[in-house]
Amino acid sequence: MPAIVQIRQSLIIALWFMFLTFPVLVIRVNTIENIIEWRWVNMLYVGAGSFLGSFAWRYFLVRQARGARRDKPPVRTARQSELTAGTGKEGMTAPSDRPGELRATAATGSAQRGGVAIPEGEIGSLAPDDVHKATVASAPPAKPSLRRLTDDPKLRRPLLLILAAAGTIFPFLPFASTYQINIVTNALLYVMLGLGLNIVVGLAGLLHLGYVAFYAVGAYSYALLYHHFGIGFWTALPLGALLATLFGIVLGFPVLRLRGDYLAIVTLGFAEITRLVLENWNEFSFGPSGIAGIPRPSLFGWEMDLHGATIYIYFLMIFLCLLTIFVVNRLQNSRIGRAWVALREDETACEAMGVNPTAAKLTAFALGSTWAGLAGVVFAAKTTFVNPASFTFLESAMILSIVVLGGMGSILGVIIGAFVLILTPEYLRAFSEYRMLLFGLIMVMMMIFRPQGIVSGVRRIYEFHRGSEKQR
Amino acid sequence: MNAVTEPLLNVQALTMNFGGLRALDQVSLQVQPGEVVALIGPNGAGKTTFFNCVTGIYRPSGGDVFVTPPGKKRRRLNGLKTHQVTASGLARTFQNIRLFQEMTVLENVMIGRHCRTRAGVLGAVLRDPQTRREERDIVERSYAILEKIGLAGEVNELAKNLPYGDQRRLEIARAMATEPFLLLLDEPAAGMNPRETDALEVLIRRICDEEKIAVLMIEHDMRIVMSISNRIYVLDYGKGIAAGTAAEIWENPVVIKAYLGEETEE
Repeated sequence: MPAIVQIRQSLIIALWFMFLTFPVLVIRVNTIENIIEWRWVNMLYVGAGSFLGSFAWRYFLVRQARGARRDKPPVRTARQSELTAGTGKEGMTAPSDRPGELRATAATGSAQRGGVAIPEGEIGSLAPDDVHKATVASAPPAKPSLRRLTDDPKLRRPLLLILAAAGTIFPFLPFASTYQINIVTNALLYVMLGLGLNIVVGLAGLLHLGYVAFYAVGAYSYALLYHHFGIGFWTALPLGALLATLFGIVLGFPVLRLRGDYLAIVTLGFAEITRLVLENWNEFSFGPSGIAGIPRPSLFGWEMDLHGATIYIYFLMIFLCLLTIFVVNRLQNSRIGRAWVALREDETACEAMGVNPTAAKLTAFALGSTWAGLAGVVFAAKTTFVNPASFTFLESAMILSIVVLGGMGSILGVIIGAFVLILTPEYLRAFSEYRMLLFGLIMVMMMIFRPQGIVSGVRRIYEFHRGSEKQR
Repeated sequence: MNAVTEPLLNVQALTMNFGGLRALDQVSLQVQPGEVVALIGPNGAGKTTFFNCVTGIYRPSGGDVFVTPPGKKRRRLNGLKTHQVTASGLARTFQNIRLFQEMTVLENVMIGRHCRTRAGVLGAVLRDPQTRREERDIVERSYAILEKIGLAGEVNELAKNLPYGDQRRLEIARAMATEPFLLLLDEPAAGMNPRETDALEVLIRRICDEEKIAVLMIEHDMRIVMSISNRIYVLDYGKGIAAGTAAEIWENPVVIKAYLGEETEE
């Protein structure tokens, strides 16, 4: 029944479009022969196109609404609430022996299955397995298929192996030209930037619009250190990261008291200041002409041709990305990472729970900047040339899009987001006239139909067995 | 109460001005160890402002807030930041529930352990034995608290998916994780059904008796206020108008006037 309503609505819309575009697309006055051409076929195209478009639009909206309904807790039945209330009651009737019993369950935990510690008698009709399912299934709402793929331990290992193998042999495949390897390396660079920004935006919830400034700091660190002191890539890598971190802290201090929109504006301003300084302070940064002739990274003094160097940087980026993933993953499941997420969720409550918001924000800023600094150094080495034009606001927006599109707070999401957003425009070069249009369209569609990103961040699940917890 | 023991919380002549508006006017209040104290008053009397001043969310315009943690020396809290107040042993809940919605129930409580743990960035990345031990300790203690509160079955549920009453209890659990000696509850029974209120009453009593955490609470539900509080303070228009036991407050004409108004000649 709703389908018919949808079709009717779409038909009405199609008719409207046909009517509205009638003067433009159907009638054409031929001024030379003074006749009017009627192009009825165009009307048909408009009608069919708008009908299909509208129908698809409606279909996705309905699907989304249904999905949202699924996101709601899977009917936490009255019985389950009763259970918890019941435990409260149980404690009320025998408050004195409650602590003793608690200690006992913590030690032996006989009744603890799937994080449920309800005295056996209370469960009664509800089998422990059901409770287990109820609690676990509801934690990641409406598991997307991608999640299911990565979560399944049986599939996970082969999948990782295939990915690793593909990553390793990719540069040696016949179709992998220098260009191909280059764009993939570029995508990896954005993976790193995205993961770094993910700390600030995705985890700590600080809308940072000037991330590119730290990228620039990293790139210029290497460029200038090489230019003035002849410092090589491997020394510049940690130095660039360190300088970017310091910059993050310096920027962090004034913006710490700001929230939301105000923070976004200040960071945006900071990035512009950085770019303008680089552009105009000729003595320091050589202005818009930039710094050229930055050496590529060396491998124990071994000289490589362009293709070899490209492959080398590719593997270097793979390594750095793995390092980033490792560190960010550990951070987000740590005391600090939890504090960031809490800060994102509710700053007032977070502070009232004893988290120092200043310290938390500062670490988020500093650590986020570190990755930008590292990526910046690699960027300078890869292109062998830096100038301020590479560090415009558009870059910040791009990195932010990667984080938002990929899924805030999700490592996998950010990685996929970076590959999609960086590689799509490259491979769409064939349709270069429409590629920005397509790109924009994809972004709009994503934000309407899947605002949580490609992969939404999932909270860690803790299982309790025999008193000691097992983490997954 | 034993007169010799120092009060856990000793607020002296607390005053708070918002521009020309005096939200709190010379309010004094004490909480002794082992007590449940209620702070009541009509809407807009300044109760939540009082909480905010004590916990450092607002900086009071005048007066003193002293705390004496059990076995420790007296300390002045004025001017301390909120997280420092929490670290000193005062934990609070909020009138409008402020949970970390997108985090699980367990994680919410784990945040409460933040100020009692030390692991830094380096520890998080290297995951050295000490950090691992600390992390395990955080999880175990948090779980134990959830067991006491009766939310152990929901550890992996997102906080936003909990029913209302459970959300209120989770806020209490989260506050308890900070190891406070005094719990400030801002309308813990608001929006609860009578059954949940009964359970809450038992819970507060247990927190006070078994966990040795004193409780100062703002509450409108007179039934719970009268039945569990050792003493009651009444605020009206930012002034403390009465203090005493439930029975005394019940009879106090000033309080009745503040709540029900006064007969006028019209």
